[in-house]
Amino acid sequence: MKIYIRATAAISPQKTFGAVPFLTEPVTCAGNRLQTIEPDYTQLIDAKLLRRMSRIIKTGVATASACLREADENNPGGIITGTAYGCLEDTGVFLTQVIERNEELSPPTAFIQSTHNTVGAQIALLLKCHNYNNTFVHRGFSFESALLDALLLLKDQEAENVLVGSVDELTDTSFSILERFGLYRQAPVSNLDLYAEPEKGTIAGEGSAFFLLSNQYSPGTYAQLDGITTFYKPGNSKEAEKQIRAFLSAQETDIKDIDLVITGRNGDLREDVLYESLQDSVFSNKPLVNYKHLCGEYPTAVSFALWMAATILKTGTVPPVTGYSRAEENDIKKILIYNHYGHKHHSLLLVSQSAEDKR
Amino acid sequence: MSGGVFIAGAGAITAIGNNITECLSAFENEQPGMAEINWLGTAHRNQLPVAEVKLSNEQLAIRSGLPAHTSRTALLSSIAAREALDDAGIADFSSLRTGFISANTVGGMDVSEKFFAEFLSNPAKGRLRDVVNHECGSITELVADQLGIRNYISTISTACSSSANAIFFAARLIRHGILDVVVAGGADALTKFTVNGFNALMILDKEYCKPFDDERMGLNLGEGAGYLVLVSDKVAASLQKEAYCKLSGYQNANDAYHQTASSPGGTGSFLAMTGALQRSGLQTSDIDYINLHGTGTQNNDLAEGTAIRRLFGESYPPISSTKSYTGHTLGASGGIEAVFSVLAVKHGILYPNLRFKTPMTELGLVPQTSFRKDQLIRHVLSNSFGFGGNCSSLIFSKLRA
Repeated sequence: MKIYIRATAAISPQKTFGAVPFLTEPVTCAGNRLQTIEPDYTQLIDAKLLRRMSRIIKTGVATASACLREADENNPGGIITGTAYGCLEDTGVFLTQVIERNEELSPPTAFIQSTHNTVGAQIALLLKCHNYNNTFVHRGFSFESALLDALLLLKDQEAENVLVGSVDELTDTSFSILERFGLYRQAPVSNLDLYAEPEKGTIAGEGSAFFLLSNQYSPGTYAQLDGITTFYKPGNSKEAEKQIRAFLSAQETDIKDIDLVITGRNGDLREDVLYESLQDSVFSNKPLVNYKHLCGEYPTAVSFALWMAATILKTGTVPPVTGYSRAEENDIKKILIYNHYGHKHHSLLLVSQSAEDKR
Repeated sequence: MSGGVFIAGAGAITAIGNNITECLSAFENEQPGMAEINWLGTAHRNQLPVAEVKLSNEQLAIRSGLPAHTSRTALLSSIAAREALDDAGIADFSSLRTGFISANTVGGMDVSEKFFAEFLSNPAKGRLRDVVNHECGSITELVADQLGIRNYISTISTACSSSANAIFFAARLIRHGILDVVVAGGADALTKFTVNGFNALMILDKEYCKPFDDERMGLNLGEGAGYLVLVSDKVAASLQKEAYCKLSGYQNANDAYHQTASSPGGTGSFLAMTGALQRSGLQTSDIDYINLHGTGTQNNDLAEGTAIRRLFGESYPPISSTKSYTGHTLGASGGIEAVFSVLAVKHGILYPNLRFKTPMTELGLVPQTSFRKDQLIRHVLSNSFGFGGNCSSLIFSKLRA
């Protein structure tokens, strides 16, 4: 059974939301933290509800709503969300109240909204959608797990359309804690120069991307989602290479059929070494492009890559800001996304132009 | 896609026992696990009863093999998951694709809240080792690494239905031939964060909880972990001992009514139970026991009871809430109660719903109040409902029902 990406939307540190050109006006930022560009939420969410929502809920709900609106769908057969960190702002607010008030009675709002399934639940609530609803919270596998769940629902014909996406926020608190772990660049760097100046550390990011997947083709479809797999803590680049070849083989695809590889390079020389090694083996002579200089590094960043791949296949253009250097070869039919998060969580996604659109 | 998903092993640690045998003995002796707060460092000590696991972090660390400074959630998870895996007795994993799908609601919050108190006073303070496993997925990974499971690892968090969804997802991965064996369930330790959160919602009973009673006053929080080992029919056939039972039905639905409250008609619960029955091809009359979500709050019990009345009518089977023993273990509850449901099928057990006196005036439902074993129990329905309207039901069936 073929699975199609019928619609997609993304709120990110780039101009990606609404009717905007495809990454032609990259947002530059000097520092080590990229923040989402927030749209005018009042156009998308009822003002009364909006007042109660924290930033991650607004971002997730607005992205999901825009995705559904694009496909004119208001009762998806499933709503599946991936978030590694969940609602950090509400968690921090409630925890601060508990500590500062020494456990005297606190208002429950932040606690209620702190649960990891809040975004998925709010989407269901707004749509009055009683269908399948799930939230995955596994670090660098959160979005990938959600996608797999969606694919299974569609393949089982439990649903014809499934809304699946990810959302993660960076708060001042989480940034400052993650920075203490040495994740980010110490010296400021422009995000567009991230790969030109390899160093220890990357730039922090955040964002949301949602997709409406369907087991039916319909005109306007972005792409076909052929497959997804994850692997955990491969010992070395040889094992990663083996996994990549096994995935392609399972998809009955040869590496020579891949027109473009989107990799998760994040400018941290400790992490990019793996992609460089694969460039000399399985990915040799393949056009490789990047995305984390646009959205920053976070555990569900791969959803930004999928949004980018779907949009490349729909528009037939590869934005030069991704590092694509073969401007004359824009006939991209098959894209492989390979991402790893901190060497632990590796994922592969295969996306292609839908067979119906080739005719 | 193959047919059956079988339960080959089970493990649980709760306030009523550190393993399955101890839990069953507590049920039989009608000894609930609630008490004054002993381990959790909180201002609510001596004010709110909770159902804590009786071992200290140091004792849990020895049993689990993880360091004592690890989140208590990981310690609990490790012990129950190991018990389940040992119980399954699968001799050789080398040729099997194995997964660990776990659930929790607040990750390593019990230790990150210690970090946060210091961090608030000075952002350069707080030990990083106390916050490094804050994420829900980190807890799963600590245990997966210990168990040596690498083929597929994931974590689900849908509030109080989390681990039912983990079991459900595991079953689908097996049915699709993606995995052969999955350890699935969930864990949650008590934290100041959750105790104060539920206290802020004003749904904690200051006495021991009374699920499904007309005079119920709220829930008691608990902690623990519960896991099942789910296997494909092929693996089931190769087991040294017979599988416990089959997972024959499951359904996930959303109440879509309110972020925390259930709809008065229990729409989500009704859809979850109905869907699970349809999937299993069973009639309501085939269900011999319902392990209720039964938290003891006004709202949950009325909504769940209404949905049961709507679905089962006058002839409802024995029902009970084992939360009257274990407290509400949140992200672990679906896993723990799935373990109890599996044991109910295997040993013909009906668990008592403790402290029940008066049926809810609106519904008149009377739960099972005494312990019974060696009953004929063909199919057990287990309910798990959570914040965000997430409702899931599982059905466990005798191998030859």
